[in-house]
Amino acid sequence: MTVMDLPPDDTKPTRLADSFSPAMLGRAVGEAFVKLDPRKLLGNPVILATELVAALATISAVAGYAGGIGDGAFPTAIAVWLWATVLFANFAESIAEGRGKAAADSLRATRTTTKAKLIVDEKQGLIVPTPAHELGLGQIILVEAGDIIPVDGEIIEGVASVNEAAITGESAPVIRESGGDRSAVTGGTTVVSDWIKVRVTAQPGSTFLDRMIAMVEGADRRKTPNEIALAVLLAGLTLIFLIAVVTLLGFAAYSGIELDPVVLGALFVCLIPTTIGGLLSAVGIAGMDRLLKVNVLATSGRAVEAAGDVDTLLLDKTGTITFGNRMATEVIPVTGIREEVAFRAAVMASLGDETPEGRSIVELGRTKGLSVTAPAGGTVIPFSATTRLSGLDAEGKSWRKGSVDAVLKLIGRSEADMPAQFRQSVEKIARSGGTPLAVVEGNNLVGVIHLKDVVKPGVAARFADLRKMGLRTVMITGDNPVTAAAIAAEAGVDDFLAEATPEDKLRLIREEQGKGRLVAMCGDGANDAPALAQADVGVAMQTGAQAAREAGNMVDLDSDPTKVIEIVEVGKQMLITRGALTTFSIANDVAKYFAIIPALFVTVLPQLQALNIMGLTSPESAILSAVIFNALVIVALIPLALRGVKYRAVGAGALLSRNLLIYGLGGLVAPFIGIKIIDVILTAFGLV
Amino acid sequence: MNWQGWAEIALTLGLALALGWPLGVFMSRVWNGEKTWLDPVLRPVERVFYAATGVDPNKSQSWIGYGASLIAFNLFGFVLLYAMLRLQGVLPLNPQGFAGVTPDLAFNTAVSFVTNTNWQNYGGETTMSHFTQMAGLTVQNFVSAATGAAIAAALARAFAGNKLSGVGNFWADLVRTTLYVLLPLSIVFGVALIGTGVVQNFAASVTATTLDGANQTISVAPAASQLAIKQLGINGGGIFNVNSAHPFENPSPLSNLLTAVAINTLGWAAFFAFGRTAIARKDIRALATAAILILAAGASVIYVTESQPAPALVAAGVENPVYMEGKETRFGIASTAAWAAQTTGASNGSVNGMHDSFSPLGGGMAMLLMMLGEILPGGIGSGIAIMVVMAVLSVFVAGLMVGRTPEYLGKKIEAREIQFAMVALLIVPLSTLGFAALTVAWPGALASLFNPGAHGLSELLYAYTSATANNGSAFGGISANVPWWNTTLGFAMLLGRFVPIVAVLAIAGSLAAKPKLAPSAGTLPTQGTLFVGLLIGIIIILGALQYFPALALGPIVEHFQVLEALGAN
Repeated sequence: MTVMDLPPDDTKPTRLADSFSPAMLGRAVGEAFVKLDPRKLLGNPVILATELVAALATISAVAGYAGGIGDGAFPTAIAVWLWATVLFANFAESIAEGRGKAAADSLRATRTTTKAKLIVDEKQGLIVPTPAHELGLGQIILVEAGDIIPVDGEIIEGVASVNEAAITGESAPVIRESGGDRSAVTGGTTVVSDWIKVRVTAQPGSTFLDRMIAMVEGADRRKTPNEIALAVLLAGLTLIFLIAVVTLLGFAAYSGIELDPVVLGALFVCLIPTTIGGLLSAVGIAGMDRLLKVNVLATSGRAVEAAGDVDTLLLDKTGTITFGNRMATEVIPVTGIREEVAFRAAVMASLGDETPEGRSIVELGRTKGLSVTAPAGGTVIPFSATTRLSGLDAEGKSWRKGSVDAVLKLIGRSEADMPAQFRQSVEKIARSGGTPLAVVEGNNLVGVIHLKDVVKPGVAARFADLRKMGLRTVMITGDNPVTAAAIAAEAGVDDFLAEATPEDKLRLIREEQGKGRLVAMCGDGANDAPALAQADVGVAMQTGAQAAREAGNMVDLDSDPTKVIEIVEVGKQMLITRGALTTFSIANDVAKYFAIIPALFVTVLPQLQALNIMGLTSPESAILSAVIFNALVIVALIPLALRGVKYRAVGAGALLSRNLLIYGLGGLVAPFIGIKIIDVILTAFGLV
Repeated sequence: MNWQGWAEIALTLGLALALGWPLGVFMSRVWNGEKTWLDPVLRPVERVFYAATGVDPNKSQSWIGYGASLIAFNLFGFVLLYAMLRLQGVLPLNPQGFAGVTPDLAFNTAVSFVTNTNWQNYGGETTMSHFTQMAGLTVQNFVSAATGAAIAAALARAFAGNKLSGVGNFWADLVRTTLYVLLPLSIVFGVALIGTGVVQNFAASVTATTLDGANQTISVAPAASQLAIKQLGINGGGIFNVNSAHPFENPSPLSNLLTAVAINTLGWAAFFAFGRTAIARKDIRALATAAILILAAGASVIYVTESQPAPALVAAGVENPVYMEGKETRFGIASTAAWAAQTTGASNGSVNGMHDSFSPLGGGMAMLLMMLGEILPGGIGSGIAIMVVMAVLSVFVAGLMVGRTPEYLGKKIEAREIQFAMVALLIVPLSTLGFAALTVAWPGALASLFNPGAHGLSELLYAYTSATANNGSAFGGISANVPWWNTTLGFAMLLGRFVPIVAVLAIAGSLAAKPKLAPSAGTLPTQGTLFVGLLIGIIIILGALQYFPALALGPIVEHFQVLEALGAN
């Protein structure tokens, strides 16, 4: 039940989502025009409204030329820039989709068209070649070395090494075998050696690979709850400004001003939140993309959003917080024995021990300057569950190490007549959460080895960061409470669950959720499935059991349990980006008013020139500058929308003040500067 | 301007806020059905109401049930008041012998008092009998205020609870707020006002002989009893035509101070009551801070602009040419400025000076304070409810920037909340600007305006702003007692009142059903200075920016025209 340690490949794993290529840019430009179809804009009222105004401005410009009424140049310029606004918004969405589409294409290429070997009669070994798409649930197929596994399934017999690079990008093969948590195989992966019999568990068309393609392509992309709410807000604002602009016709008429509908339309477009309206879907897609970049697949945008909201992280101790293997950190000699003697005995007892613990003892000896080579002709006594000790017999001597009671029994001593100092050492180690191993040379007790679960470096700092972000970390372990408490304290987790069973995990998640917290966890075993399904963000390991992969709402292709922390960060980053652009967009309105309102009325009410605080050249240049700024700001913010606002692990208060300063205050100030600059340029080139 | 003036403004605003605190705690106990020291006297009276109507006060209603009860009660109140106005001629206590009110004015007036607006297209002493004033208008002054309080109570419960199916019982909220809060306070306050010289009698008028020896008939009325609830209930409808500028309604600086403080006291109390009932005192304190800051800024702007030289007076060579026209010399500019800000910030329609005669920016500021949605602190309950909606929108817009989906007071803010928040927000410009623009286009409607040009537009805009915001104060300068204005202003009041109420209750219903989330270090802080700043920004950008084009053609351009005129002098 372990993943075999095969020599790692030299090449780096290929990532699914990489940076832009010129071809992708070209495709995005093309799609921006395709998306001009108003039916495609129905879900985006802000941009749809912009397009309608652009169409009206175009008609007006054409009528201006045809009828010879005044100059058609100004309405033409407005119309062009309004169309540009729509195109820029469409382009933002297309470019965001581009990466996913490219990734989907490469995945699709790996879908097999070869025939599956369907086992019709198991006893006689009758095999019928069948096209993959004709396979049904529950049918059994044979896959041999060199074959591509045609569909998702469960191994019922055999063991094989499987290359899963098509899915994970990781080219080192992994072992898949029947029974246990490594029995799931994925369609599109290749059997490298041996053979397996696989029961089909997914209909062709709904396999993991198919779901992956759908996800990265965004075919299944529905609006997330927060996106829907934001769309409602944006639609509401659009309506409010529609009211403001339409009723202005009446007030202007009262004041003896005849308003040009093109100018009124321009005012409307400038006021409605086109910036966030144009970039909203790009932000969402880019969020999914960033997950894809760290090799995590989310089943829905909803899951990514939930990741940002997570309050409690359940982390498995082994592999996430600790290295997973206990390591020797010291050897405490029994009174009267010199330290190097005790050390030497411990190393001798471990020379033949190839377990990570044994190796760590030899390694510890080496760092103490104790270089021992195995004596020739020695006999290695391997560890067994019944004796609970291991060691070496050589040169007429014997060395043993093992659990304290087993070793005492071996040398015929009872627990009662342990040397006092030895007893203290053992108890001290146990209290600190470590494991004591007694060492004997012959029949003499020489010392005790301290085996310790070593916490990964940097973990404590990471958890401190998480705490600042408001996330509680809970360590899950099968260890006893004493050991668990010691490791929890060292790693700096907020809480721990010792001697945890899958049922305990599920109960803990329900408890946390009952207190109004959102919970994220990762898991790979079939028995993790209920907890993965219950958690708000359940990250299943790609190498894990099929049941786990189906229960979670994300799959980590690297099968790295620490990834859940990155997932939370990606979720937060997406929400922050969305909020920053919304705030920026709304704050922009103040400056646009100061550009356009005086321009609208100043011919009849010259006193309103006082509101032209930017000192824009003429009413036409003021309006055109505002419209151009409004369009260009979308383009300028595309990189931010795709890359995301930089996320820092600080408290909510600090994060808010920082982002409010940049995007709120920046949103107020930037258009004043931008519109002025555009006005200066337009004037300098005599364009208005 | 002088320091005494600033001190007066600070005192009036500060006293109201300070008194609101303990009263808020009391009001919250009343909403929650907790014990109060008035129980021995009032509990039996309260039980009589429930026994008579068969209401179970402990049965929590769904938001739809709560809203239906509220609408039914208000509809009943409207029909009753309308009938009373029409039949005034045959009803008792009518020493002046006033006839029934015309249908359009009766509609306008009935809507006005049911919606807590108190817009008055009539002169009280020349139109309404004592019976109508006391049994009709004053009764609505009580129950319309209690209706506002009820929605705040419902919303507060929705925030406090965890997966609730109901938001409370409307009838219990109505009865308890009226009985425990409004009635006792009004009795105490009414008696105090009589002590300051406000009249209180049932006579038609008194006759005086002037210094020239001529006979003068002076109208009198049961003013103190109505005045008490007019201010405490944040209604504002004067018993006399010139409202609180009338010496019988507001005889002295002392009565002026008392009534001015009363205008905001229960509005603030509803803030604090909301905080206590919603178990979010600190968060609501932040909302109160934002409100008082905007209100103080508004009062200051009015004080400053009214103290500027008025061009006509400069031209006439007056010694101290400040804007004193339309102001009472008894009160002076500071008192009038504080009053104007307090009433327009609080959905109270009373005036102690004529806003029509304010400087353009002073009048414009009064208008802007109403346009912000009557949340400074607004009517009892209705103010805090809309303020919470603004807080919800602030959290929604900027809250994402902390990397979590937005939540306020432990409740997730999702599409449904935003939908109804936008409805509550949208109806205000739709009705204000919509009716105003329609009136411009309506043939003959503009004949009611006394002034042409920008000032006329301000008069028009102010009227629909005041009606929609359920404020009730009039800029003046319109003879609005004609069918077009009576009808449209009536509808503006209805839309401005009941659409937001239904929206707020829908939000309450949705929030009540949600789980209460525990805050963490990652939760957007909604208590500190930062949030106050954010909230003020959102209130101004979302609440006021849509009026900027219209205001530019009204008070703003008039201001620059005045500056030009001053320059010419």
